[in-house]
Amino acid sequence: MTENNKIQLMANDLKPKANSFKNIFDTYNWDETLQSIFSKTEADVLRALGNSKRDLEDFKSLISPAAKPYLEQMAQLSRQLTKKRFGNTIQMYSPMYLSNECQNICTYCGFSMTNKIPRRTLTDTEILKEVEYIKSKGYDHILLVTGEANKTVGVDYINNALQLIRSHFSNITIEVQPLHQDEYEQLIDSGLYSVLVYQETYHREEYKKHHPKGKKSNFDYRLDTPDRLGKAGIHKIGLGALFGLEDWRADSFFTALHLRYLQKTYWKTKYSISFPRLRPHSGGLEPKVEMTDPDLVQLICAFRLLDEDVELSISTRESEVFRNNIVNLGITSISAESKTNPGGYAVAPESLEQFEISDERSTEEISKMLKGQDLEVVWKDWANNWQ
Amino acid sequence: MLQIADKEFSSRLFTGTGKFSSSKLMKEALLASESELITVALKRVDVQDKQDDILTHLNHPRINLLPNTSGVRDAKEAVFAAQLSREALETNWIKLEIHPDPKYLLPDPIETLKAAEELVKLGFVVMPYIHADPVLCKRLEEVGTQCVMPLGAPIGSNKGLKTQEFLEIIIDQSNVPVIVDAGIGAPSHAAYAMELGADAVLVNTAIAVSQNPVAMAKAFKMAVEAGRMAFEAKLAPIVHKKAEASSPLTSFLN
Repeated sequence: MTENNKIQLMANDLKPKANSFKNIFDTYNWDETLQSIFSKTEADVLRALGNSKRDLEDFKSLISPAAKPYLEQMAQLSRQLTKKRFGNTIQMYSPMYLSNECQNICTYCGFSMTNKIPRRTLTDTEILKEVEYIKSKGYDHILLVTGEANKTVGVDYINNALQLIRSHFSNITIEVQPLHQDEYEQLIDSGLYSVLVYQETYHREEYKKHHPKGKKSNFDYRLDTPDRLGKAGIHKIGLGALFGLEDWRADSFFTALHLRYLQKTYWKTKYSISFPRLRPHSGGLEPKVEMTDPDLVQLICAFRLLDEDVELSISTRESEVFRNNIVNLGITSISAESKTNPGGYAVAPESLEQFEISDERSTEEISKMLKGQDLEVVWKDWANNWQ
Repeated sequence: MLQIADKEFSSRLFTGTGKFSSSKLMKEALLASESELITVALKRVDVQDKQDDILTHLNHPRINLLPNTSGVRDAKEAVFAAQLSREALETNWIKLEIHPDPKYLLPDPIETLKAAEELVKLGFVVMPYIHADPVLCKRLEEVGTQCVMPLGAPIGSNKGLKTQEFLEIIIDQSNVPVIVDAGIGAPSHAAYAMELGADAVLVNTAIAVSQNPVAMAKAFKMAVEAGRMAFEAKLAPIVHKKAEASSPLTSFLN
């Protein structure tokens, strides 16, 4: 080996190993992580509560069973930090399902390929009809959702939808199949602001069980999707795990690890965390690991204590009582009156939903509930005509 | 009286519109502050909509609107946002905020200088939000900004004048008004900034997130007035303990 080669080799060794999250993720072990969380003591929790800056070890303490007696204290702190950063406000957004066509099998999803349901993909006219309805409710931030069907609902379809609706909304998010970096770049040019891509579970083997078929079965490709988004220069990335598939504590730790890595790597991008719990749907999977209401409150507060600025979002999957209270404890954005079927608002209200929502109150009722708690509803917090 | 560009201000307290629990409360607090220059994030309002909730609440003879570019990530976006704002809101005043880092919202000095230069050429009254960097302040002054707005601490942190050493240099050197923006968490911080010789302060979070925003707005108004009055009256010197050397250095003069 020449001297030059040797030096080159050393330089490579010194380079940070991480140019994708996978490289970091692969150095962790699920069982050890879980054990480490469960071994946290009261002293660890008190230290985590007392720190003004908290790290991932503190996060483990705060989601551990040892922190349960300190839930009220966590909630008080979480509320304080959230108010300082976000003020007395809650952002509202509306989901809009564009298609339920899907070539994946996901054990927990109503749109799973093997479910015998009528499939529908909205046409331009239908999209605009739905838009009109959603706009009439006051929404200015929208979330577009599809299944994964690359022929009918590929990147061209999504791009067309963005162009169709971009003048109607200040802020557009998508929750669709993972795409390539150049495809994201194309969509950003068409007005895309944010992408939600949940790992569902960070447990590699369980993931395989729940996603046996289709492109979604590729765990690693999904895992590195936020990296591709960061490289494409997206404004915001939404992370999360689907609670019920595996232990929520370990899945949340890996979500937090993912968040920290992304924040350091793609420092111009904003991040949000969602907290979906398994809901009944037409496929009918029972949760393997239950996550109770106190568990979810603990987790939301722990994320706020870890990070003052991350956006925390809760959907209509959760109940009225839960949502009335959680908006004061750390959550910064919510949806209302959501339909989880394509055309569900105006085009085909009777079609089959992806999952049953729990809080069925109207947008107006939710907005009233927020005002009653001295929270200002933020409908618009972006302008997509600057680029 | 404080003068910026062609406007005179009798209040040296500038305020913001974010984080209030309702537009009604925002208006009450802002009127109580007697602030005459109030910044509003362009991303939060619909400039085309004459019925926009925030804008209609700011419609008052005493209030001058100061649109800000919060949310833009570079000079190009900032210039574009400013132009849209001038067209729709009919004001050429712009608070230039370019913070590509969404975590601490720290301003990008390079993009800010670039955008400031271009906006001045386009005829804007530019009020740039920047780090407390004395050299950057001079560079901005050179390209023609009508004031500088250095931060006291990270925005929304309520930590006070963490950058005091540099603010003092900026105040000492500046030929344009210096407005301490961001980080002021208590009326005492605002009074202190004014005592140091700042021309004005901008306060938002400390008022909006207080338990009683209207009372807090009044408290800030009084603090800013007191601090300015103290600055003009000149503070009494700090008395240091007398030096009593056993062998005086000046005894040879006797």
